[in-house]
Amino acid sequence: MRVLMFGWEFPPFNSGGLGTACLGLTRALARLGVDVLFVLPKKLALDVDHCKILFADPSLTLLSFNSLLVPYISAEEYVQLRGKGAGRWSHSLQEEVVRYALLSRDIARNEHFDVIHAHDWLSFMAGIEAKRVSGKPLVVHVHATEFDRVGPGPISQFVYEVERRGMDEADWVIAVSEFTKRIIVDRYRVPERKIQVVHNGVDESDYLKETATPEVVKRLKDEGNSIVLFVGRITLQKGPDYFVRVAERILEFEPNVYFVIAGSGDMEGKIIEEVARLRLTDRFIFTGFLRGDDLHKVYRAADVYIMPSVSEPFGIAPLEAITHGVPTLISREAGVAEVLTHTLRVDFWDIDEMANKVVALLRHPELRKTLCLHAREELKRINWNEAAKKCVMLYNEL
Amino acid sequence: MPAVCFYFQVHQPMRIKHYRLFDIGVDRDYFGERGEGNLNNERVLRKVANKCYLPANRLLLSLLHRHPEFKVSFSLSGVFLDAARQYLPELIFSFQQLVETGRVELLAETYYHSLSFLYSTDEFRQQVEKHRRLIEELFGVKPRVFRNTELIYNNEIAREAESLGFEALLAEGADHILEWRSPNFLYRPVGGRAIKILLKNYRLSDDLAFRFGERSWKEYPLTASKFAEWLTGHNGSSDVINLFMDYETFGEHQWEETGIFEFLVALPGELLSRRDNFFVTPGEAAARWEPVGELDVPHYVSWADIERDLSAWQSNEMQRKALESLYALEGAVLARQDLALLEDWRRLQTSDHFYYMCTKWFADGDVHKYFNPYESPYDAFISYMNVLHDMRLRLREAERRDEHHIAIKRPAAERQ
Repeated sequence: MRVLMFGWEFPPFNSGGLGTACLGLTRALARLGVDVLFVLPKKLALDVDHCKILFADPSLTLLSFNSLLVPYISAEEYVQLRGKGAGRWSHSLQEEVVRYALLSRDIARNEHFDVIHAHDWLSFMAGIEAKRVSGKPLVVHVHATEFDRVGPGPISQFVYEVERRGMDEADWVIAVSEFTKRIIVDRYRVPERKIQVVHNGVDESDYLKETATPEVVKRLKDEGNSIVLFVGRITLQKGPDYFVRVAERILEFEPNVYFVIAGSGDMEGKIIEEVARLRLTDRFIFTGFLRGDDLHKVYRAADVYIMPSVSEPFGIAPLEAITHGVPTLISREAGVAEVLTHTLRVDFWDIDEMANKVVALLRHPELRKTLCLHAREELKRINWNEAAKKCVMLYNEL
Repeated sequence: MPAVCFYFQVHQPMRIKHYRLFDIGVDRDYFGERGEGNLNNERVLRKVANKCYLPANRLLLSLLHRHPEFKVSFSLSGVFLDAARQYLPELIFSFQQLVETGRVELLAETYYHSLSFLYSTDEFRQQVEKHRRLIEELFGVKPRVFRNTELIYNNEIAREAESLGFEALLAEGADHILEWRSPNFLYRPVGGRAIKILLKNYRLSDDLAFRFGERSWKEYPLTASKFAEWLTGHNGSSDVINLFMDYETFGEHQWEETGIFEFLVALPGELLSRRDNFFVTPGEAAARWEPVGELDVPHYVSWADIERDLSAWQSNEMQRKALESLYALEGAVLARQDLALLEDWRRLQTSDHFYYMCTKWFADGDVHKYFNPYESPYDAFISYMNVLHDMRLRLREAERRDEHHIAIKRPAAERQ
């Protein structure tokens, strides 16, 4: 079985959970004997259209093609990134998505594969074109929809249309949670029988490395302080503004707490300003986007992890926190809550309840330990092998 | 000639409301949830009374009238009786009617349905005494048989029950304490003088309590004649078959639609129509039969969960912390002689609070989840610990008041 897979990002070139998910899934597919040819738009230093990156594992081939399609990009950001009159890039995000789709035809013609699997909207058109050229079945994998990204704001009609067309032309639609499946049914009018829920997982072996606590954090902890952690893009969907508000409430009761935001994003400036306005600057640490060991260190140092997402189709970060022995508090609606029971849940807008729970976690080591103990046990069942098995079952049904 | 001994446990805890960080020091009404959910104690009591207690009591009363040989026994927890007196006095009346027939025995237990025996013998004795007084006041009878919370039992509890003057006590007929022996006889505890143990026949009891309405069970549907046949089958090899269960089995755990009430209506007649069958209450059983052997139970057993040990209340760190923190306040609470404070502290001892914090099997959505009015065991723990925090504040306030009191009194005394 060979799968032609279209994505947006792949570690170490990732800025969010999608890359982590693609890595986890492809590795688990490889373990099941499935060959994956992973196509990735990426701004390359080389002046070539695409190149094959071969991994040590021969069943995974990464194919990068030169593009400005960076993950989580908006149309405005694309124009900014392109700069003035940059010769080789398309004029707009829309055109670049189309260019990706056109280039995918060449790949589809030249490579051998049995199934096409496309992750999220930037790659859907590429998937559709590949299907048209090769006649092979298409699976689209929805990790987030436009409705998650924009919150209550106006959606981009273009993005919505691409998502809908992808789902229409697909032979199977994979949703990362029941939460996302409902959105796909309600907002995109996809018949339920065409949608399968495949929950993400986590590879615990990735996170078990012993790491040293960063010196600055270590000093804070030695002085008797606790760390409350936010990991994620600083963007509306992830609720960083609620994190700041809950911090203010927590500090009324537990003054020896520091709040760490690990991530970057379009709301970063706004959040930093808000923290300053509340005079909490000396209580906040902004680490910027972290990956690998740096991210592990921050997890390890944390006493509590919060995911106050406004809309969260899945949310892998809480699972990562658990692998590091950190108890979690997550939005009630998050997709991950469908598979993770040993976590605290809140409504993202309920600042008081969030503070109530975080303070309880900080005050009672017994609560933290019991949560972690059971969550780690539960995590053994939330792994990529299960997700990969479901995908293979779907491929075989095509 | 097997006798059948029915014992029903009737208990409702005073559940703690969603008590948050912000309520500490402000809100002292820990049990006063008024909303729609299952933390509203009045609402739950009314619901269970309508589904179970009232219709089942009516039914038992008519059975007692119809069959002069029929007998049952109950234990009614003090917290349950308090709630009934406050919210639903007709419920007390309906139990009084049953007891007045003279064929309904009431058993003794800890007033607060507590785990006090595990933490404080003094407190345990106080609660047993308080419960005895309440039963006497409401029903005019003096219990002679003891059952500890959730049938928690070991050698020491038997000794303690004997020293308190009880003639018998109930325990779970768990396989690991009985080994090859039958639960259908009376036993003598190690070190006991005259006190006797009645053991629950858990297979036959659980056929009603857990399996009755289960369609996948191979014996489904269980009819009264079939069950009477099973019981009669013990003829010649048993003294007494003890059917011990939650009273809520009737109409609440097994819904009315399962036919559990029809079953109960038909059962006494079916049993009595077969040769040699009769009914006894626990006190009568103790008076009638001698123990057939000695039972050595050094470790605790209970009737909870498949483990039948203390793990339903003590298996994780949250539960142990909550229990330790609660009983650590004992000396300070008693020293205050503040009745409201004492009452709250005792209501916090009810075993259900710790059961709600149990994380065993939580993810599998089993019975713990079914009985849990909180979103998770963690939520139960958080509200509980916030309440204890407030209790400590109250104790400190009271201490300070006392100091103040002494400080202003002293000059007056000196003037004299």
